[in-house]
Amino acid sequence: MIIININYYSLLKARRAKARLRAMGTDLESLVLRTAKNLIAAAVTRIPDDVVDALRKAMKRETNPLAKKQLEAILRNIDLAASTRGPVCQDTGMMIFFLEVGEDFPLKARLSDILVRAVREATQEVPLRPNAIDPVRNKNSGDNTGRYMPWIGWEIVPGDKLKIAFMAKGGGSEYPSTLVMIPPAEGLRGVKRVVLETIFKAGPKPCPPVVVGVGFAGASDAALKLAKKALLRPIGERHPEPEIAALEEELLERINKLGIGPHGFGGFTTALDVKVDYGYRHPASFAVGVTVACWAMRRSTAVVSADGSVEYLTHKYLNEEV
Amino acid sequence: MAEYRLKLPVTEEEIRRLRVGDVIYLTGKLMTARDQAHRRALELLRKGEKLPVDFKGGAVYHCGPVVRKLPDGTWQVIAAGPTTSTRMEALEADFIAGTGVRIIIGKGGMGRKTAEAAKKYGAVYAVFTGGAAILAARAIKRVAEVHWLDLGIPEAIWVFEVEDFGPLVVTIDTTGRNLYEELMGEVEKRLKEQLAELGYEV
Repeated sequence: MIIININYYSLLKARRAKARLRAMGTDLESLVLRTAKNLIAAAVTRIPDDVVDALRKAMKRETNPLAKKQLEAILRNIDLAASTRGPVCQDTGMMIFFLEVGEDFPLKARLSDILVRAVREATQEVPLRPNAIDPVRNKNSGDNTGRYMPWIGWEIVPGDKLKIAFMAKGGGSEYPSTLVMIPPAEGLRGVKRVVLETIFKAGPKPCPPVVVGVGFAGASDAALKLAKKALLRPIGERHPEPEIAALEEELLERINKLGIGPHGFGGFTTALDVKVDYGYRHPASFAVGVTVACWAMRRSTAVVSADGSVEYLTHKYLNEEV
Repeated sequence: MAEYRLKLPVTEEEIRRLRVGDVIYLTGKLMTARDQAHRRALELLRKGEKLPVDFKGGAVYHCGPVVRKLPDGTWQVIAAGPTTSTRMEALEADFIAGTGVRIIIGKGGMGRKTAEAAKKYGAVYAVFTGGAAILAARAIKRVAEVHWLDLGIPEAIWVFEVEDFGPLVVTIDTTGRNLYEELMGEVEKRLKEQLAELGYEV
């Protein structure tokens, strides 16, 4: 017996969405492209409000004059970049996308091509520094794209929406990234050790105050992936599980006790926040991944619905401009 | 912590007066050079050839800028913050000795070899706020020259005319002091304290 299951409701919805987009003089592909380009431009020119607030608070708290001088320059630079729409840092980073694709969102197999095109066009228009280099032939592609660049993370979720989170990750802060397979018996104590040693070794190099992403799991790649994705969470937001929330707070306090301070001049603010996530481990395997974002935390997020509506979550002013 | 406004090129006397923690602002001609420009410059000097720009008494900036070529052929600097200086550590001492450069600007600090050359030849290393690329670009009034574009835009030697370029914090002075090394020594003590607190033998 053959069962044919046609979901008439979603077919009807898709047809209506298409008609609506046609009336707007566009199609979903152009809309995703435009949204991705807006996300790139917004991320590299406007530091999100939660990060700016954290930097302002740090400025109030610091008493060390050299640390204050650094924060002052950072805050002035952020304002200037926003008002001139120029990139906050000359290292406009590596292009990283995290996608949550609704199972009923069209274009699923087209998304990768659309994002590559968005990166290429944004490199010209913002402009961005060409940062994608073929490691085998040591050649810069000139447009920030290439094999596995942009780097795209995929998740399939229910619904008909596409959530695009973008991160422009600086090279200097990617350098101290660490993966350590700790003896499982060391447990959370080992996680704390690895984080503190990583931040110490990095010293002033990743442009502190930094945001620290920590992931632990059984598989090595899972640990680093969770660490990187955790950086998307807003500053000050705690993990929903109380034990992990407490671990985030303890790590933040311990890191700041190291006293590296803004750009390594000492002071209370080495990290603005610590974000932790975890996955189950194997009896014999405990991977700890640490990743660091510089103070110029360039991230942006938007949701595109199949019906053609777009909502920017981090750079809300874009909702009015569209 | 004193503040100085200096005109480039500088004299040895002006440089020997500076101490770690001092803040300086520079006006005049500033030259960028990253790993590859350092390497090529040292090669030419070894062969006894002349460099396309004179670094004597000048300032070298570890920076790979974002620039745009305007229709009239001139260059516009969009963003020009510092890059991590440790990549130049193996080359900087010879570069100081060979060129007579007196101010090295970057971020993240430099090591013992550079500090020794700074003491011997009369040079300082100063840090520009990492990531403050627009602030830096604002102090750049004009691109005077560019050389070695075949190395790529970030690696070329850019000659910028700058006005009150800073704040630059001196972290290596001519007395042999290295502020970052001193601070990181303190940080290491605190790391050990915390690891002991967590029950590790240190």
